[in-house]
Amino acid sequence: MGNRCAVIGVGQTHYTTRRRDVSIAGLVREAALRALEDAGLTFKDIDAVVIGKAPDLFEGVMMPEAYLADALGAAGKPMMRVHTAGSVGGSTALVGASLVQGGVHDRVLVVAFEKQSESNATWALSTHLPFNSSLVVGAGGYFAPHIREYMRRSGAPDHIGTIVAVKDRLNALKNPYAHLKIPGIDQKMVESTPMLWEPIRYLETCPSSDGACAMVLSSESAVTGTPAWVHGTAMRSEPIFRAGRDTVSPQAGKDCAADVYRQAGIADPRRQIDVAETYVPFSWYEPMWLENLGFAAEGEGWKLTESGATALDGDIPWNASGGVLSSNPIGASGLIRFAEAALQVRGMAGEHQVDGARTALGHAYGGGAQFFAMWIVGREKP
Amino acid sequence: MRALATREVAIVAFAQTRHTPHDTGLTEPELILPVINEVKRRTGLERFGFTCSGSCDYLAGAPFSFVSALDALGAWPPISESHVEMDGAWALYEAWVRLQHGDVDSALVYGFGKSSLGDLRTIMTLQLDPYYLAPLGLDQLSYAALQAAAVGADRKELDEIVRRSRADGRANPYALDLPDPEGEDLAVQPLKQTDVPPSTDGAAAIVLAAGDLARELSESPAFVRGIAHRIEPHYLGMRHLARSVSAADAARAAGVGKGPVEVAELHAQFPHEEIILREALELTGDTVINPSGGPLAANPVMATGLIRIGEAAQRILDGQARRTVAHAAGGPCLQHNLVTVLEA
Repeated sequence: MGNRCAVIGVGQTHYTTRRRDVSIAGLVREAALRALEDAGLTFKDIDAVVIGKAPDLFEGVMMPEAYLADALGAAGKPMMRVHTAGSVGGSTALVGASLVQGGVHDRVLVVAFEKQSESNATWALSTHLPFNSSLVVGAGGYFAPHIREYMRRSGAPDHIGTIVAVKDRLNALKNPYAHLKIPGIDQKMVESTPMLWEPIRYLETCPSSDGACAMVLSSESAVTGTPAWVHGTAMRSEPIFRAGRDTVSPQAGKDCAADVYRQAGIADPRRQIDVAETYVPFSWYEPMWLENLGFAAEGEGWKLTESGATALDGDIPWNASGGVLSSNPIGASGLIRFAEAALQVRGMAGEHQVDGARTALGHAYGGGAQFFAMWIVGREKP
Repeated sequence: MRALATREVAIVAFAQTRHTPHDTGLTEPELILPVINEVKRRTGLERFGFTCSGSCDYLAGAPFSFVSALDALGAWPPISESHVEMDGAWALYEAWVRLQHGDVDSALVYGFGKSSLGDLRTIMTLQLDPYYLAPLGLDQLSYAALQAAAVGADRKELDEIVRRSRADGRANPYALDLPDPEGEDLAVQPLKQTDVPPSTDGAAAIVLAAGDLARELSESPAFVRGIAHRIEPHYLGMRHLARSVSAADAARAAGVGKGPVEVAELHAQFPHEEIILREALELTGDTVINPSGGPLAANPVMATGLIRIGEAAQRILDGQARRTVAHAAGGPCLQHNLVTVLEA
């Protein structure tokens, strides 16, 4: 809603285990400069900066936007810092878009990052408020029971998770920025890796990555280059503790999807969306989100995955970029989904381009599967 | 940059906790729940078009502070919601922007912080450049003292600001009861112990409403006539420490000078910051500064800026003033400044 908004520039760093050659500031600046170059602009053309990242405890820098203002050319401008847990990258894009849609600015730079090599994310994710003891280790420990419940309800066979793990890593081989590039990856290789949190095996989980992603968002009158038009934006949150909350298919995810589809005029996501970049940090979340996002009926998501429909050459490619399973700079992971969706409809996704992609979904989730951010971008003006 | 968007948005309700200088044993959701209930009661609204909060994980020393805070909202059915890891004043800014879209008419904003859980003076060091500055251990008081030295204000003027703030705070049921400043004990030269804002736990909530809904919900809504913020370079050496260019730019963009300012609530944590901000906002002697007592009388970090907006709005909601200004700050030495102009 509001004024029209377009993505006119996308910039990514290579995602990797350790970027020892740059500081946090160097990392975000690299992504920002690439996004500006893509848009044919410089920092001078930017009216405001929105930055997102996952918890400050990851790198140990409190409210890093203060320190990063200089590196992102924000001095003298408005700058905001968004934090909505794992969905933050998506929320950051939405706050940036909101500044354009609300008619406040013409060009906004959005940036999200994580430099996990300067941190210990599993430790930070296991530290609870000092009122209760932590019963889980990292995000995998939290989400594994939800996945087991999905398998019980849907009757999905054990190998569905490995199909996703292989598919996304094969896609990653075509993405120059992807972190994990595993030549010859197949189901046998995934199955041979250690079990971390039943049923999640080592190669069914996301890596820890250093990396940053940036986008330039623009009002209609300030468009340069090739725009990806924003057709819908939505956020939804629900409490982490609530009796009867369905953590397998959260209501907030369903409501968020319904809202963004309504705005974009989508009645049948499987037919009307050409490519989806979704937040799948553990392989089993693909069939789970296929159902939550309305691409498949309840209990049927795993069949879509098994049929190959979500592969790069399937009828609804999911995570053509390799997804979170292949690159996971946590705070940036959501923004990468939104940016990759934009690249697809701009026809600029390179080797992992889905032919003729005109409408794409960007999706992110966070917290205890309770925060959701989504957008639909399209080649045509809404 | 274009002119500010034009949809009329007003503050229609404000609530804050009775702030405390110590931990009362309440969790963050327990701290927030009463103020949320209070603004719901005053407006009669149970659901809002958008919700946004401001807080900082480092105060609790654990990631995801805002996650458990969301449980205080009873966010069911799920709500459209976002969070800034900043003072709640920026959450209000995000909500104001969201209301400019025209598809939602109300927003709930809240901010919260429990400074009692840690040592703020040490914690704020982690806000600095992690490679060059944080390892030096330059703490919050030290850099505030650097700025105070740069201002070089008259000691009597600083003392008077502290005395006035504490006296106003004593008259404010939500602020702390602090005695008149006495003694010459230095914190970090030239700042005295009494120049240091009190460690405070607290929370605040505000309801924004657009157009007709604002007039329905309140007899005298406080309309946001201008709101803008600007950040400056992080390195103190790249700034003129005795002045605030970003506060001045934000004030101009928000339109502070377009009319007389009856009341200004300034996020001045130290008395010299008030001097810098009065100059940056070009406030005259006619403007009443921080009648709530300001941050020197209660400083619940991450809610302090939002409370400034709430206090400035409350004067209009109460019919005591027609035009007020609120200021919120973030970053070391007033690096980041947000200015809001409110009118009846």
